[in-house]
Amino acid sequence: MIFSNNSIMENTVTKNNLWGGGARPMIASYGKLMMWFFLMTDALTFSAFLGAYGFQRFVHADAWPIADEVFNHFPFIHGEYPMFFVALMTFILIMSSVTMVLAVHHGHKMNKKGVIIWLGLTIIGGLIFLGSQAWEWYHFIHGTYEGALRGADGSIAHFVSGTTSEIIRHGEVLTGEVAASFIASAQEIHGANLIYNEYGHPLFANFFFFITGFHGFHVFSGVVILVVIFINVLRNTYEKRGHYEMVEKVGLYWHFVDLVWVFVFTFFYLV
Amino acid sequence: MAEGNSTRKIWIVFWILFVLTTIEVFLGIFKPDFLTDNLIIGVSLLNHTFIFLTLLKAYYIVMTFMHLGDEKRSLKISIIAPMFVLIPYLLFILLVEASFHGAIG
Repeated sequence: MIFSNNSIMENTVTKNNLWGGGARPMIASYGKLMMWFFLMTDALTFSAFLGAYGFQRFVHADAWPIADEVFNHFPFIHGEYPMFFVALMTFILIMSSVTMVLAVHHGHKMNKKGVIIWLGLTIIGGLIFLGSQAWEWYHFIHGTYEGALRGADGSIAHFVSGTTSEIIRHGEVLTGEVAASFIASAQEIHGANLIYNEYGHPLFANFFFFITGFHGFHVFSGVVILVVIFINVLRNTYEKRGHYEMVEKVGLYWHFVDLVWVFVFTFFYLV
Repeated sequence: MAEGNSTRKIWIVFWILFVLTTIEVFLGIFKPDFLTDNLIIGVSLLNHTFIFLTLLKAYYIVMTFMHLGDEKRSLKISIIAPMFVLIPYLLFILLVEASFHGAIG
């Protein structure tokens, strides 16, 4: 996107002093360029997190919970609905990305009313997403009614349904003496936190809280920045400045948050 | 830029993302046998499909929503090239060091 007031300077700069200062070598403003480079480094941070997640999951494959079996609740409906809620969250975030890009589009046309409408919808989408994430965390932390048994060695087992003497640990059924000694030293747990996780290996919970928490914090800061920009739009700041490039820069950040969620969705819930 | 054209493009990309996500969700729920049972370099065909669809979604978000497609070639390369170099490098280091310590492989 090239603003009309940008192109004058570009034409007068020759190739020789392009990087000598005072020019915009990539025909993008300083702020936009730096936003791109920030996002690129942030993407590397998230890659490191997801890479570490994949690695630990591979190492502890036998005790790693299946995300489908952990996150299978849907608000106001009883029963098990794997993937539905997280798919809804993904759609909400994609939708808010669309409203954001439409806000940027109206900004280019200096259409204040359009920017207000679409930016407002983007903020609402962001808030709904944060609410959904809080709901998901709440259920993960509280866990199931049945709970699980946590052995002295930290391994997690569940009762075979209908019995109180047979247990399943890492997909293996234990009975008799072995099961009895495990149950005797075990502790009943519900839900997940940073120390234990009723669904399986505690690292799963640690990574879940850390990665979705880090992403959620990005969404939260995104909403705060969007609100600041929204107030500025209402106060005619960008109208006076002559362009809405700030909306575009914040838009880049917002799309990045959506982009990261696309990857978190794949590597946490699908793979 | 024509008014109708660019908003139309945005909505087309929205529908592409919508359909790709729906496909992912359906594959995630039903997990077809022929996809889970076939392995390529130790990863099931299903996971390869997920990763491919995700990268496709990422392409549309970055190119259309973030307008990287409209930027100068030099800017495009300076953002995308580090991704394609550093992320595989990161994974490579992770796997090699892990196998050295006996954690995997």
